[in-house]
Parts: sequence; C-alpha cells; structure tokens
Amino acid sequence: MTLTNLESIPGQSIVEHYGLVQGSTIRAKHVGRDLMAGLKNIVGGELKGYTELMREARQQATDRMIEQAGELGANAIINIRYTTTSVSQGAAEMLAYGTAVRCQ
Amino acid sequence: MEPQSGELSQGLEIFMNILPFLIPFLVLLLAYITGKVTEKRHYASIHEREENWANIPAITGKHLPDMPAVASADMVVGSVVISVDHFKRFLSGFRKIFGGEMKSYSSVIDRGRREAILRMKEASPEADVFLNCRLETSSVSKGKGKAVGCAEVLAYATAVRFQRTAE
Repeated sequence: MTLTNLESIPGQSIVEHYGLVQGSTIRAKHVGRDLMAGLKNIVGGELKGYTELMREARQQATDRMIEQAGELGANAIINIRYTTTSVSQGAAEMLAYGTAVRCQ
Repeated sequence: MEPQSGELSQGLEIFMNILPFLIPFLVLLLAYITGKVTEKRHYASIHEREENWANIPAITGKHLPDMPAVASADMVVGSVVISVDHFKRFLSGFRKIFGGEMKSYSSVIDRGRREAILRMKEASPEADVFLNCRLETSSVSKGKGKAVGCAEVLAYATAVRFQRTAE
C-alpha cells in the first residue's frame, strides 16, 4: 500500500478511484503516565509518554484506514489528512482519512 | 549550652512554620532553572540537526518545477508532545492580566514544531525532498485545575526520492 498526502502519486498514474477511506481511534491515557507527566510538567519539555501514546494511536488509525482501503481492492491511498480532537479531558480521537485509489 | 539549643529549636520552629509558604517558591525556582536548562539544550540540538538537514527541504508545495523522475514516494510522520514548565505557566498568569504576546509560550511551541519537522525528516533519511508538508497543533489537555497542560505538534509530508542516474 502506497501512502501519500499528495493528490497524485509521482511517477504513477491513477486508474481507478474508490472514494474516501478513514480510520479512527479514541485513546485515553492511563493513570501512571498521567502521574509521570504531571511531575514532568513542573520542569517542562517533552512528555515522552504522551508522544508515544499519540504515535501508537495514529499508527492504529492509519492501519484501520489501510485495512478499509485493502477491502476495496485499492493499492494506494492519496491525499491523506490527519486530525486530532480531544473528546473529553484525558481522551483524544485520532482520525486519518484519504482517497483510496488503484494506480499503475 | 542550654540557651544555644533553645535558640536552635526556636529557629527550627520558625523555619518549620514558614516552610509551607516557601515550598511554592522553591518549586518555582526549580522549574525556572530546569526549564531554562532543558530549553537551552533542546535549542542546541535543534540548531545542530537543522543544519544537517538544511539541504533536504520540506516544502508546502505539491510539485517542484522541473522535477526529476521519481523513484519512490511515501508518507512520513513526526510528532512531539511538549509542555510548558511551571515557571512559564506562573509568568503567563501575569501576561493574562495585561494581554500581549506570551513569549514564554511561543518558544515552547516553536521548539515543538521544529522538533516535529526534524523527526519527520529523520523518519526518511534517504529522501531528496519532502513535498506537501503540513503542520498541525492540538492541545492534548487544556490544563484546567491540576491537569497537565500540553500540546501535540504533528508534521507530515510525502518523502520523495528521485531516480539516480548511473554515471
């Protein structure tokens, strides 16, 4: 599966469109991580635990999107966008969407 | 001996009494020092890595004028969750009274954004150019009450590798 956030795949041509595909996940952080982040928050800087959490969530959203595109018979997803929304305090939704296509 | 130990215990008692009032200031001082040190270190590392990557641009455009033949194109992502230190949060309280730019916060987000771009680039070391680079910032938690206030910065782009002509 080729992923890109361009509108076309450079060096290849699109032969078929399958429409929008999306993958999302809502993740909550756990207490241990929150506690550590609270301590880290005094001194500032990167919160590695949260970075890791967001990366895992984004990967899962992407995987779900790829799965959906695979079911349609696509071999590439173009014009991918990511959005993050905080659903409630301590939980975030990660959404990945794009257009599934077949390219040559 | 007797009056001296009395004085000592009295001094200790006074110290113990003012200790609860001292703790917030100690935390502030600690936050100020560590925050300064982390920021300085982070900027040093950012400057160094940006120099290494300077000749491989990340651009917001989707095409390059007279682009060579493309060998591969794949999406890369870089992200970082960054938080402000306690001292900066304390300062921002004053800023909120008078308004204006929150310089202490700007530098934190700036660090996060540059770090995210660098991580994105580091995810694809063989790329020749990063096309259609997008940046997105979202607050992970607002920091209401005792909650942690921090922001996530996400950078993503399509890493393009050109075909190498055998010479």
